Amino acid sequence: MEKILRIEEIEKYYGNKSSLTKAINNLSFDVEKGEFVAIMGASGSGKTTLLNLISTIDKVTSGHIYVGGEDITKLRGNHLNKFRREELGFIFQDFNLLDTLTAYENIALALSIQNVKANQIDERIKKVARELNIKDILNKYPYQMSGGQKQRVASARAIITNPKLVLADEPTGALDSKSAKMLLERFQFLNKELKATILMVTHDAFTASYATRVIFIKDGKVFNEIHRGDDTRREFFDKIIDVVTMLGGDLNDAL
Amino acid sequence: MLFRLSIKNIIRSIKDYAIYFFTLILGVAIFYVFNAIESQTVMLNVTKSTKEIIELMTNILAGVSVFVSFILGFLIIYASRFLMKRRNKEFGTYLTLGKKKKKISLILFLETLIIGIISLIIGIGLGFILSQFMSILVANMFEADIEKFEFIFSFDASIKCLIYFSIMYLLVIIFNTISVSRCKLIDLLHSNKKSEKVKFKNPWLCVFIFIIASIALGYAYYLVTAGIDNMQNANAIYIPIALGCISTFFIFWSLSGLLLKIVMSMKNFYYKGLNSFTLRQISSKINTTVFSVSIICIMLFITLCVLSSALSIKTSMTKNLNELAPVDIQLYREINLKANDISDYYTEEMVKNSNLTIIESLKRTGVDIEDDLKDIVIVTLYESPEFSFKESLGSNFELVKEKFKYVHYDSREQIIRISDYNRLAKLLGKKTYHLNDNEYIVITDFESMADIRNIPLKHGDSIHIFDDILKPKYKKCQNGFLQISANHTNSGFFVVPDHVVKEEYRAYSILTANYKANSKEEKQKIEEKLHNFQNNNQYINPSMNTRLDIAEACMGLGGMVTFIGLYLGIIFLISSAAILALKELSESSDNKERFMMLRKIGADEKLINRALFRQIGIFFLMPLILAIVHSIFGIKFSTYILETFGRAGLLPSIVMTVCFIILIYGGYFLITYFCSKNIIKEK
Repeated sequence: MEKILRIEEIEKYYGNKSSLTKAINNLSFDVEKGEFVAIMGASGSGKTTLLNLISTIDKVTSGHIYVGGEDITKLRGNHLNKFRREELGFIFQDFNLLDTLTAYENIALALSIQNVKANQIDERIKKVARELNIKDILNKYPYQMSGGQKQRVASARAIITNPKLVLADEPTGALDSKSAKMLLERFQFLNKELKATILMVTHDAFTASYATRVIFIKDGKVFNEIHRGDDTRREFFDKIIDVVTMLGGDLNDAL
Repeated sequence: MLFRLSIKNIIRSIKDYAIYFFTLILGVAIFYVFNAIESQTVMLNVTKSTKEIIELMTNILAGVSVFVSFILGFLIIYASRFLMKRRNKEFGTYLTLGKKKKKISLILFLETLIIGIISLIIGIGLGFILSQFMSILVANMFEADIEKFEFIFSFDASIKCLIYFSIMYLLVIIFNTISVSRCKLIDLLHSNKKSEKVKFKNPWLCVFIFIIASIALGYAYYLVTAGIDNMQNANAIYIPIALGCISTFFIFWSLSGLLLKIVMSMKNFYYKGLNSFTLRQISSKINTTVFSVSIICIMLFITLCVLSSALSIKTSMTKNLNELAPVDIQLYREINLKANDISDYYTEEMVKNSNLTIIESLKRTGVDIEDDLKDIVIVTLYESPEFSFKESLGSNFELVKEKFKYVHYDSREQIIRISDYNRLAKLLGKKTYHLNDNEYIVITDFESMADIRNIPLKHGDSIHIFDDILKPKYKKCQNGFLQISANHTNSGFFVVPDHVVKEEYRAYSILTANYKANSKEEKQKIEEKLHNFQNNNQYINPSMNTRLDIAEACMGLGGMVTFIGLYLGIIFLISSAAILALKELSESSDNKERFMMLRKIGADEKLINRALFRQIGIFFLMPLILAIVHSIFGIKFSTYILETFGRAGLLPSIVMTVCFIILIYGGYFLITYFCSKNIIKEK
């Protein structure tokens, strides 16, 4: 299988010599094409830092991150923006939709900054709207939508550019359980049917149980990882809970 | 400790304070410049009367300064409130840490104090530099020579700045203290989380309203330009003004919806780069600021009109001078006084001597000017108690009186013989006339009086003058005047055939002449001689109008209007630009989040900066564009109103106005752009 993401011995330090915080401490893992990976960890375990490093919002102290064979730690300036715009798709906890634009326009923006022609934009939005079941709300503004709808619009914006990797930061964090379930089922659909590679950060075991693999992080290092294999979601969920228990009280909020 | 905190705050938020600083410094500088004019004129070589005019002007400017200080005061308070909002979170943190509100007020007090002192020093410094240019302008206005150029620092003006601005800063401090003591901690901490609900209007309604507003505006334009002759009285001007204001508001109200509708239909343009985002930003910005944008538009409109009219008034007045005062001197005196005229005013001697010619009576008091004059024309004016304005209107009197209530109808009409008039007209360079035995002409150059006088003329009504019945030769008043003056003020006189007048009704004698002199100095010498005429109780003092006096008065009035116009125009310009800038910046925190989002989905810095530039640029341009359209018609109207001052090419003054706008408005635009750029860069 082709490796979409390869993380090699990265470290991220904050602060100065007198008070050094190792947010990421010698961390390595790979993500293969078509995988749906969840990263779990308690607050302060370094998962958000990791996501910021992959998304090039922050820079590593040492080590390398390869996306599709390209070392993104070497990118500078507008190459970074180009990389972000063409290779990555983002889904945030607080949706990050522009409140002045309709759902349609929010999705279109991801394409228009890549200079895609208007007629193509329309075609692609219609397609993705069908897949994410948001056809009816395309002309609504964010304040007219529910949280789940907003997050599905944000997901549509993230995948419409056909990114190599979709990064989701606590995508269900602001959703009620029903909307969360619906969103995660969509994620599964995107992953299975459209072969989208998804890397999701969460501290919620239920959310993580929709992934094909879960990586646990503690104190900036990989603590454990489990594959779903042929388990049902329920069985996989139980396994995740086991690891969470093993991790100790830190992840109690996962339950 | 508090002092250090204040200084650190200022240094840290220097970017936020840029607009505030800029406004304060400009305000102080302008205030200084216009209050320092008097000191600047010390080095000018001007006559005594010009000096008096300048003194009057500085007094008026001092009065205007009070008004200006009110505007600036409001502006400064508005700006400081904007800064307070920016720092809500900071204050919230202080409060949660247990700092007392009193202490926070004290911090604010110190900050205002420091900023006030710095801006006063820089502002007065800038004003000092600018006022040196001002003295050149003053010299140019009053046609004076600069004897020797020197840098003058006006102590009075700087003290005045100090006092006025101290009061303003004091008000700011009071306002800040009140708002700090009133605020709630929860609001402070969550102030930037309150997101406004975006409201969108029905686009078709917008299109409809826009069309209606445009038509109303067009009608208002028509009323003040092409339809101006239908304007019955001064009150009628309120209709186009009200129409203009209301339609301005509704144009901005509907503009965003209309704009969106149009641009969204151009799909290839709308879905290109950040265009959709920029457009939505602008439309929501206009939506939330309709009222202030309308006010700013109207303020800009006034600025444009005031500046361009004020700057041109001097040129037109000089032009007027050649038309309305083509001769050097006119002397004017009552004649043919009767015994019953003897009063406090006229002594017996005066009455007795009232039939002497003007030259003779002057000579007898020791002023011999006969040899100094050439081209002498003497005419006589007649008046009859039986022929006043009321009688001249004949049967139309009741009708006219109803329309124009405040005109004096009892004043006696002045009558002149056709032969006298023609001799004078020739000297004044006006048209001469021929009259049949039963005809008369009314001559005036005052438009609104002509409107009244035209009513009986149009009907061809006959009038009864002395013993004759005369009918009008023309259906309307003819243009002309008897007495030289600075502007069109001849309210009308009657020209009749020579045989009509009766010698017993002689009332005034007018002597018109040129000086036998070649240079300005020689002319001034002759005039000085005339000014020596002593008031006495034997001879009536003739009133004197000279071209030189009129020229000086013109210059003074022109200069005065120009300076007041400049002063107010610039202050208005600063106010409107500053309010726009603050409006834009106050939403920068919302914008910050939006631009962060754009960055996250991979928009290039260049693209983001361009979007920001366009957004602010369009926001600044929109009121300006409508104001320019307004002022095209407004200036047309003001030239019509100021017709008494004469017409002059507006082009140079418009160029000047444009320079001011580019300098001040453009300056604010750039500062806003760079400040916003900094704000959205913050992480």
